Amino acid sequence: MGAYVLRRLALAVPTLVGVTVVVFALIRLVPGDPARLVLGLQASEEEVQRLRVELGLDQPLPVQYARFLGRLVQGDLGRSVVTGEPVTREIAARLPATVQLAVASTLLATAAGMVAGVISATRQYSWVDYLVMTVALFGISLPVFWLGLMLMLLFSVHLRWLPAGGYGTPAHLVLPTITLAAFSVAIIARMTRSSLLEVLHQDYVRTAWAKGLGARAVVLRHALKNALIPVVTVIGLQFGGLLGGAILTETVFAWPGMGRLLVGAIVARDYPVVQGAVLVFAALFTLVNLAVDVLYAYVDPRIHYG
Amino acid sequence: MWRRLRRHRTAVAGLAVLATLLFVAAAAPLLFPEDPTEPRFERVLRPPSPEHPLGTDNLGRDLLARIAYGGRVSFVIGVLAVSFSALVGVPVGLLSGYYGGKFDLVVQRLVDLLLAFPGFLLALTLVAVLGVGVTNVVVAVGLASAPVYVRLVRGVALSVRNQTFVEAARALGASDRRILFRHVLPNCTAPVIVQSTLQLGTAILTAAGLGFLGLGVKPPTPEWGTMLGEGQTYLFSSWYMATFPGLAIFLTVLAFNLLGDGLRDALDPRMKLA
Repeated sequence: MGAYVLRRLALAVPTLVGVTVVVFALIRLVPGDPARLVLGLQASEEEVQRLRVELGLDQPLPVQYARFLGRLVQGDLGRSVVTGEPVTREIAARLPATVQLAVASTLLATAAGMVAGVISATRQYSWVDYLVMTVALFGISLPVFWLGLMLMLLFSVHLRWLPAGGYGTPAHLVLPTITLAAFSVAIIARMTRSSLLEVLHQDYVRTAWAKGLGARAVVLRHALKNALIPVVTVIGLQFGGLLGGAILTETVFAWPGMGRLLVGAIVARDYPVVQGAVLVFAALFTLVNLAVDVLYAYVDPRIHYG
Repeated sequence: MWRRLRRHRTAVAGLAVLATLLFVAAAAPLLFPEDPTEPRFERVLRPPSPEHPLGTDNLGRDLLARIAYGGRVSFVIGVLAVSFSALVGVPVGLLSGYYGGKFDLVVQRLVDLLLAFPGFLLALTLVAVLGVGVTNVVVAVGLASAPVYVRLVRGVALSVRNQTFVEAARALGASDRRILFRHVLPNCTAPVIVQSTLQLGTAILTAAGLGFLGLGVKPPTPEWGTMLGEGQTYLFSSWYMATFPGLAIFLTVLAFNLLGDGLRDALDPRMKLA
């Protein structure tokens, strides 16, 4: 198991390096001179030239990339051109809030989605099944930012139960978590339902019923275990959507995370911060998918990774 | 196929909703003759009333009219973005799957890399690089979902290229070009149509998200996401400003999802999964 984890980790390295190439190339695609963009039209040519040298923009691209990668390995992502702070410090200040939101939403989505999926599958074609599937369809069609605003309207403006935005207490976490989880709940519920339905029609499940096991034992212990693999895959893939949704959710609820850092940096044309934040988002997604791969081995003992 | 789709009640409902929305968007200049961008300060932030069924916004513009005009922008962005992804993704996927080899390997690694970025993040980054505006939003949203088409079409091409009818065509002396266009491509049509219908909803959603962040279409052009972003400022005093544009996005995406699910069942029963 340990060796397998190490090998998967090693395989993730080329992907991560590729991600740095893509981000680096994208940021260099910005039309015009980044130094000029940062300083504005009023700045003198000397000032622009000084910043160009400072940012290393006077060097050929491969050299720039090599330097960028070299610094990245040492945990140096450059400095924000707006605040002058190191980008890593800005990110470190914001990352915990985003991770907190993403983890809370993933947990909620997994729990709610699987429960809904199991209920739906065990009562196929009943009104409960139709209800769950209709709500799930709504869930995948809802714009996350709109859902956030509507929840805010109901629970903060009208009922005054929960704060409309901000960060700190558990109460602040409730609305953003529900908002961000909605889409994933729907996807996980659909996947759990279809995967479980497939398993429930297999012979060994009929055997389990035939030998007189209770519904709980048949569905949860026998069937669900084998229906889990596609569900776990979807949870991992969902995490990417979740990170994208987090950017919007954070904006709605004034949540001080990476998403707002990124959007603010884009508006301010603070490219070092944009670059750093995009890198961290992509790295997070890659690492979560790696974790999912490793999880398979636990979920499915048939998978042996020598 | 039409018969099978007609029997799919939810797909018909989706189609009906889309037809209505498209009609209102297309007929907007006839239904709402006044300029949807022109401020009317004598009637700002009026709640829904018989004259203004959905109320007026912070600049006194009729929200129903702006949503109708906004539909034109959102639909155009959605259709162009999806066409763009398909135009990029389908040929690449076709060649990648049919020829295999080194080209396939390079393309697949590239696709893996792009898929390492969450879709919305990729679109957001592209807009950050390209700048705001309709064209850039189309390119950003389109490029961000092109890998989906590459994967999809490559899969079909891979499964088809060694089947008997392709072998037969080759034995009869058909050129690669002819095989690709006459035998492989037609097999991709059904999945591509289904995918594109679902993708239209996603593209409109992504574009609206960019608009919401203030990184989409520039005001005063009415666009649903941008309107929603403006509405957030007035959420506490004027609920209608954020509520109705969001409802329009929701209904549109829902309708595309309903239609997409129906098309999948009608066109390609094998794809019936989740």
